[in-house]
Amino acid sequence: MPTFVYMTRCDGCGQCVDICPSDIMHIDKTLRRAYNIEPNMCWECYSCVKACPHHAIDVRGYADFAPLGHSVRVHRDEEKGTIAWRIKFRNGKKDMELLAPITTKPWGTCIPQLAGESVPSSDMVNSELLFNEPKYVAMNDSALPTLESNGLEIKEGVYY
Amino acid sequence: MFTINPFAELTASIPAYAMQAYVIIMFLFVIGGTILDMLHKKSAQYFFENAKKAEKSAKHTVSGGEKASMAIQTVTSEILTSSEFENPKRRLSHLLTMYGFIIFVATTAIMIFAGADATAKIVPVLWHIGALMLCVGGYWFWFSIRVDVKSEGKKWYDLCRADLFIVSLLMTCTFALIWSVLQSKGVAGWDMLAFALFIISSTVLFVGVYFSKFAHMFFKPAAAYQKRVTVADGSRENLPRDFDLTDPAVQEKFPDIPEYMGDNPAYMGHGIRRESSNHY
Repeated sequence: MPTFVYMTRCDGCGQCVDICPSDIMHIDKTLRRAYNIEPNMCWECYSCVKACPHHAIDVRGYADFAPLGHSVRVHRDEEKGTIAWRIKFRNGKKDMELLAPITTKPWGTCIPQLAGESVPSSDMVNSELLFNEPKYVAMNDSALPTLESNGLEIKEGVYY
Repeated sequence: MFTINPFAELTASIPAYAMQAYVIIMFLFVIGGTILDMLHKKSAQYFFENAKKAEKSAKHTVSGGEKASMAIQTVTSEILTSSEFENPKRRLSHLLTMYGFIIFVATTAIMIFAGADATAKIVPVLWHIGALMLCVGGYWFWFSIRVDVKSEGKKWYDLCRADLFIVSLLMTCTFALIWSVLQSKGVAGWDMLAFALFIISSTVLFVGVYFSKFAHMFFKPAAAYQKRVTVADGSRENLPRDFDLTDPAVQEKFPDIPEYMGDNPAYMGHGIRRESSNHY
């Protein structure tokens, strides 16, 4: 479902150009508005759709599974920390709204300050864990759950 | 220098009626260019059809009075204060450029049509202030805020057709100021060169409306007004509602909100907009 831009809504702020992981959102050379230069290469990640402050970017579904006339629109509200979706069928009979949190703490308040951490010991370097990983992603205070700690082992080949 | 009407000095070599005719012709070019632009892009047809589509999915009927109120709000907010821009630098730059242009064009017309005797002292001062505002806002935009430079990583001197408007606008006010300075200093010859460049730039600006972004001043307010109408009539261009997270009905419908964020969610601040969009 590649993205496209409503030219009358776009103000050429560059948020989509900056965020596109495929580098296919660019600025038009005639009107200085954003456009998708290569829809075939669009990952359909919705990053630009969510980042656009004017909701100027929309997604066109492929006609085989999303018949013409449907609508899937999103509003990512950073200040509230939520994302809202609205899905509307082409006959208008189904009109669904979804709302979910995207953060539970103010943005930027929980970034690990790795530069201030001490240099890893040789044990840590040789460990299967990443530097400082247990501190931030451990499921419990003792250690990161591993296959070994759960009494599991990887078998060779395909098995069921 | 700032109190001198530069067009008054010019009447010695160019008759007043020629200057007046030039202003009228440029005005007609702007009107004609805008109409051609609207016909070519079918922008009026687009807005009309879009409005009909929004009406079909509207949840409330918007009265004539409400529409008039929204039109006034569009003028006072989007048009007069450029509130559409999220980036405060861009908004300030646009305001400087827009008001600078309006002051510059209006005072130019006054000085040319009223003549030197009838022109108050304040008018040439405003003309210079308008040109300076245009220069400040325009060059700020050109060198650092312009999306080609900020987000695309292009050099400020990489020109494309989208630059026709801003370049001709900047050249017009820059050469106008240079001409005024040279004329007041009595630098014969060079002042006429600056004047010739001023006229060439302004001709490109007004004649090139069809090919440039000049017409944005006509369709942008229409887009802003339509956006307000779609919010008021509930169609919201199929966008989700703006939910109040503290509303018990919202919390009941979406239980993830109170479970993960609490009954009274905190203000989360800015996420990706904490940084400027220039990570090219």
